[in-house]
Order: sequence, then structure tokens, then C-alpha cells
Amino acid sequence: MTDFTPMLSTLGGVMIGLAVAGLYFFNGKFLGVSGIMAAVLGTDHAGRRWRLTFIAGLLAGGALLLAFHPAALSTPSPYSIPVLVVAGLLVGYGSSMGKGCTSGHGICGLSRFSARSLVATGVFMAAGFATVYVTRHLLSGVLS
Amino acid sequence: MRLVSVFFSAVLFAVGLGISGMTQPTKIIGFLDIFGAWDPSLAFVMAGAVGVNVILYRLSIKRLRPLFASAFAVPPRNTVNLSLVTGAALFGVGWGLSGYCPGPALVSSVTGWGSVLAFVGAMLAGMYLYQRLHPRSAGVRHERYAVSD
Repeated sequence: MTDFTPMLSTLGGVMIGLAVAGLYFFNGKFLGVSGIMAAVLGTDHAGRRWRLTFIAGLLAGGALLLAFHPAALSTPSPYSIPVLVVAGLLVGYGSSMGKGCTSGHGICGLSRFSARSLVATGVFMAAGFATVYVTRHLLSGVLS
Repeated sequence: MRLVSVFFSAVLFAVGLGISGMTQPTKIIGFLDIFGAWDPSLAFVMAGAVGVNVILYRLSIKRLRPLFASAFAVPPRNTVNLSLVTGAALFGVGWGLSGYCPGPALVSSVTGWGSVLAFVGAMLAGMYLYQRLHPRSAGVRHERYAVSD
């Protein structure tokens, strides 16, 4: 499968941690990507400017990766578009219902030792492990 | 300065996602494949990010207010309920079914690939659908006391 990259993954993780800490230190905001995106879709206009700025920054970071570290953006998902549409609906609906995703619960919440984020992270990890077990071992090759 | 610092946090976050391997769906699936050829890299991403933040969050909250805003966001009440668990489970199934979570998917959308754009479009539709079905609970999170913007 994929190579184990402990050094790069730790380095990237530290950068992610610094970004999360920076947004809190400078702006007082929790860095939860699903919450930021969902709030932009909503009807409440308060805080729309910083959220749109944040989304623009993510896209600018993506452009930097394309220019200087294209390997990061060289592997598409192995699954077909219909599967990805179902997955996207689940990720969008589920992160709204569960009030957070990998960043909001998995990084911000765990760093605050939040019990609800610990539960959410445990549940979405377990659901991810179970899903990949089904797709790669029970239904191997059926979905891709 | 406020928006500039938001922008640079987001750029750093996106580049960190790219360097760590989070923008490669095959690597995420490799991490989730604990019964197959397991790639534990993502655990190092989490350890790095949470490790840094455990320390810096503690230092931040010693201050009265953030550098460029009037108040820190207040963590939500610490309640574990059915919607938290159900939502996290649905999210985890979608994550395992694609290899994408929201941040990496949005960052990867700069490739212009149909597969990523389809995922991001469906994710936004899922968020919108939740808001339409639950208009009161889907509002802006954590910000009842931070009115600075």
C-alpha cells in the first residue's frame, strides 16, 4: 500500500498544530474546517468575512503544494464518482450533525481534553476502520 | 492584520496537510486499513498536531484576549448526545469510503479533478441539507460570546 512516512507526517502535523494554535492565539477561533464551511453556507452573515478568508487561504495553500510539493496532490481517491458523491454527502451531513470533523474534534477538541471530542474522534475513527474493512476486505474491488 | 493572520493560518494548515500526507486519499485509506497493509503515518500527524496544540492552547488561554480579536471562542458545553455520536459515525463512514475529510478535500480541489470536485460539491450539499432539516441546531458554533467580527 502506501509508504510509512513518520518524519514527514510528524512535520506536517506540527505545522497543522501551529496553524490551529495561531488561529486561536491571534483570532480566538477554533480551527474546524467543517464548521467554517457549513457556517459560510448558512444564512447568518456574522463572521462570514474571516471564514471566506480562511477558505481562500486553504486554496492558496493548495496552489503552493501544486507548485512546490506536487506529490501531495498526485493521488486521487481510488473510488468512482458515484461512491465519492455518497461519501461527500455523508461527510458533509455527518460533520454538521456531529458538530465537527478531523480538525475540530480530532485536533482542537483533543488538545483541550474535551470529552465530547474524544468520543466523536473515537466514533469516527472506528466507523472509518469498519468502513475500510468492509470495502477493502469484504467487498474488495467492488466499489472502485 | 486580523484577516491577514487568518489567511496565513489557513495557508500553513493546508501546506501542513499536504506535507503530512493527509491530502492523499490512498494514505488515509491505508491508515484506516488496520486489518490490511496498515500505514500508521496518520497517527504521527495527530500526535504532532495535538502535541503542539496542547501546549500552545494552554499558553493562549492565559491571556485575556486574542491578539487581534476581542474574545476567545468558548468551547461548546461538554455534552455527549445521540446526534454527536450518530454524526461522527456518518462522517467516519464517508471518510473511509473516500479517503477525504473536509480540509484535505477542499485543499485538493485546486487540482480541478472531477473526483474531488464531486466530493466537495456533495459535502457542501450534505451540510446544506443538515441546515435545512435542523435550522436551529446548525447555526454558527462556539461563537455566542465572540461578537468581534
